[in-house]
Amino acid sequence: MSLAVEIEFRLNGVVRRATVPADMSALVMLRDVLGLTGTKYGCGEGECGACTVLIDGASINSCLMFAVDCDGREMTTIEGLAGDARAERLQRAFAEHGAVQCGFCTPGMVIQATRILAEHPHPDRATIQRGLEGNLCRCTGYKKIIDAVAAAAEQA
Amino acid sequence: MTALERYAAPRALGEALELLREGDVTIVAGGTDVMPQSHSGKVKFGRTLLNVRRIPELAGIEREGDTARIGALTTVTALLESALVRERLPMLAAAADHFASEQVRNGATVGGNICNASPAGDLLVPLIVLDATVELAAKPNGAVETRSMPLQEFLAGPGRTRRAAHELLTAVRVPLPPRGFVARFYKYGTRPALDISAISIGVGAVRRDGRLENVRVVFGAVAPTPIRGTATERALEARPPDAATIEAAAQAAHDEVRPISDVRASAWYRQELVRNMTRRLLEDVARG
Repeated sequence: MSLAVEIEFRLNGVVRRATVPADMSALVMLRDVLGLTGTKYGCGEGECGACTVLIDGASINSCLMFAVDCDGREMTTIEGLAGDARAERLQRAFAEHGAVQCGFCTPGMVIQATRILAEHPHPDRATIQRGLEGNLCRCTGYKKIIDAVAAAAEQA
Repeated sequence: MTALERYAAPRALGEALELLREGDVTIVAGGTDVMPQSHSGKVKFGRTLLNVRRIPELAGIEREGDTARIGALTTVTALLESALVRERLPMLAAAADHFASEQVRNGATVGGNICNASPAGDLLVPLIVLDATVELAAKPNGAVETRSMPLQEFLAGPGRTRRAAHELLTAVRVPLPPRGFVARFYKYGTRPALDISAISIGVGAVRRDGRLENVRVVFGAVAPTPIRGTATERALEARPPDAATIEAAAQAAHDEVRPISDVRASAWYRQELVRNMTRRLLEDVARG
């Protein structure tokens, strides 16, 4: 039985309390303790970006972060982007451009794409590619994902 | 099975140092190395998990006279965003720019990259070229004491440093280079970022009357720690970077590194890379 720690943080705008093992990742907490399964477990070592969340507004691999370190911070997951205008433009553009195949990388892609568009409202393709460097997709070959992010930027 | 008995996230340096003095502590900041290493079994948790991320004394980048003091908690993203780093330490900014992905750069800290002591640690090569020193704090007898050590000396081997168990790395100090300083950083991986370096090279020198002086050359991922290329430095010191000098330096670089073969590259390939990329870096220096 590993050491349990009580934490409190803001998750998608709502204050949440959780009791988590000290060695648990934020990703496992989201999926197994809090039941938010939109954030995906891909590689577990920060290579694939499927677990990307926003911590205090910055994108982070939740698989590399200790759940206990969420204490006192603000986390946004893909579920928390419902209703966000930028995320909804991305969602539509991903669908229209066929940027979703198996869909496993999509939540992380969309979260990271919201950060790209927040920092570069009119990104060129190189900027989009650079921004998605930490997100792997094994289906699309990336072209359609980059097309979708570019299209979402144009619609803004 | 974890031996963890206590988790602490202190908000003062003194408190963290008292916990460290009690012994058997695993230190974590961004978690980007500790988390996967705990899964693979490379890191076994001690009795106490000490999260240092809320300690204000470890945060921030400040200019102290002719030195930049970079707090251990500075993220790689914060390095990239610092005007002082971009303008006065562009080589460090270049290494930060090639560091993993945005998601990792937002979490990974300078102190963590140093203490992880990877032979391929991306920030270590430029920091050694820039003659950085690490600041270590301890509280052995009720008062906080600090000591400093050159980074190169601090790195003892793969995953090993000369940090004593009761010490905490609080900052790295980087002398701001003088006028005329030129520097280049190069990292080779199979893709531009998010890849562990097969090799990396850092070169720094002061250009005076067309000659290179105080030359420092550092190679990453070709030895248990990043190493100084002393023969390469000798081939360049006090000479103009002309074609013959560059060729001699590139050959010296090839001959003095002793890389291993592993999953990322063979020893032969690493030596060829070191020669060719040292030549390319120096040709770039020669062009201005």
